[in-house]
Amino acid sequence: MSRHIAHTSPPPTLTGLFFIFSRIGLTSFGGGLSGWLLREFVQDRDWISEEDFLNGLAISQALPGINVKNMAIWIGHRLLGWRGAVLAVAGIIIPPAIFIIVLGTVLAHLMQFPLAHILLAGAAAAATGLSLSMGVTTASRVPRRLLPLLFLVGTFVAVGILRLPLVWVVIVGGGLSVLVEYLKLRKA
Amino acid sequence: MSNRILLQLAAIFAPLSLITVGGGQAIIADIQRQVVDVHGWLTHAQFGVDFAISRMAPGPGSLLATLIGWQIAGFWGAVVATLALLGPTGILIYGVTRVWTRYQGAAWQLALERGLRPVAAGMILAAGWVLLKSLDGGLPAQAIALVSVAALLSTRINPLILLLCGALLLFGVSEFSNSLPALLQVHMAS
Repeated sequence: MSRHIAHTSPPPTLTGLFFIFSRIGLTSFGGGLSGWLLREFVQDRDWISEEDFLNGLAISQALPGINVKNMAIWIGHRLLGWRGAVLAVAGIIIPPAIFIIVLGTVLAHLMQFPLAHILLAGAAAAATGLSLSMGVTTASRVPRRLLPLLFLVGTFVAVGILRLPLVWVVIVGGGLSVLVEYLKLRKA
Repeated sequence: MSNRILLQLAAIFAPLSLITVGGGQAIIADIQRQVVDVHGWLTHAQFGVDFAISRMAPGPGSLLATLIGWQIAGFWGAVVATLALLGPTGILIYGVTRVWTRYQGAAWQLALERGLRPVAAGMILAAGWVLLKSLDGGLPAQAIALVSVAALLSTRINPLILLLCGALLLFGVSEFSNSLPALLQVHMAS
């Protein structure tokens, strides 16, 4: 509460932006990045209004692309134009990218030990659970109507079982699904 | 030679960038198909470990692309894969941030959100399914994955702790199954 002093928080700078995004990128284990962004930019610094932030979040989720990178572009652009957008993305991508390469290289060397191999296989199994549960959660938000459910199952079968190229599945399936919703909205 | 691989990496990740609806999870199944099945750059098990690493590391999970690029073609592979995955949508979002608020609540926006949701759900479920089938560690590993799903859906467990539990659990199972034949023999003998 004492940190929420809107009028005295210094204006954003390019290097400042880079470091804030780096810090969020490097400390966000296991997701939840948008919560941190809200805290840093809306609650602690008051650089962006909450409404503006939520608009950006909606765009980031509706449009293709990694949500948090989309969000970085939105915030960076709001604050400092295209330079802000570039530095925000650089901050949230480059330090964690270096981190993952180092981690991957170290673990690849450890793989020759049977113990490390088993432990990593176990971690991979749990990570798969993470992915599956995200799918279940997303699927549970799909309206229980025939067409959306058909698009859900169709996409799953095409990508997961038939292993069709994803680009075509999304262009055809996604295109049809958006068209159906658009026609419904027009009728309503 | 390596230039050809860099081009192939760009040709894989740039189109995927534009169809990443519902976040980076959605394209995992197709990255696996192309990197493992089509090009044979990594094995199924290696891909599974890479995926786990991308969940363990901080930052966006899509840095899986960076790691894969690095393993396949070194520094430039990492740079090309990352830029190919981020660049196209980055430019798209940059353009849209300038016009979106003007059309807030427009029919095409709602249609886009509603229409893409079931497709994104199907893609993410397919990613989970594909990973599940290619797990290193057989039936026990698949059981751990399913237990993790149940844990995640019913509790607010921290993902890092979950990965740690998974690692220890598979270790425990493999120790137990290694000692099981010996134990049985002792029982049979007595």
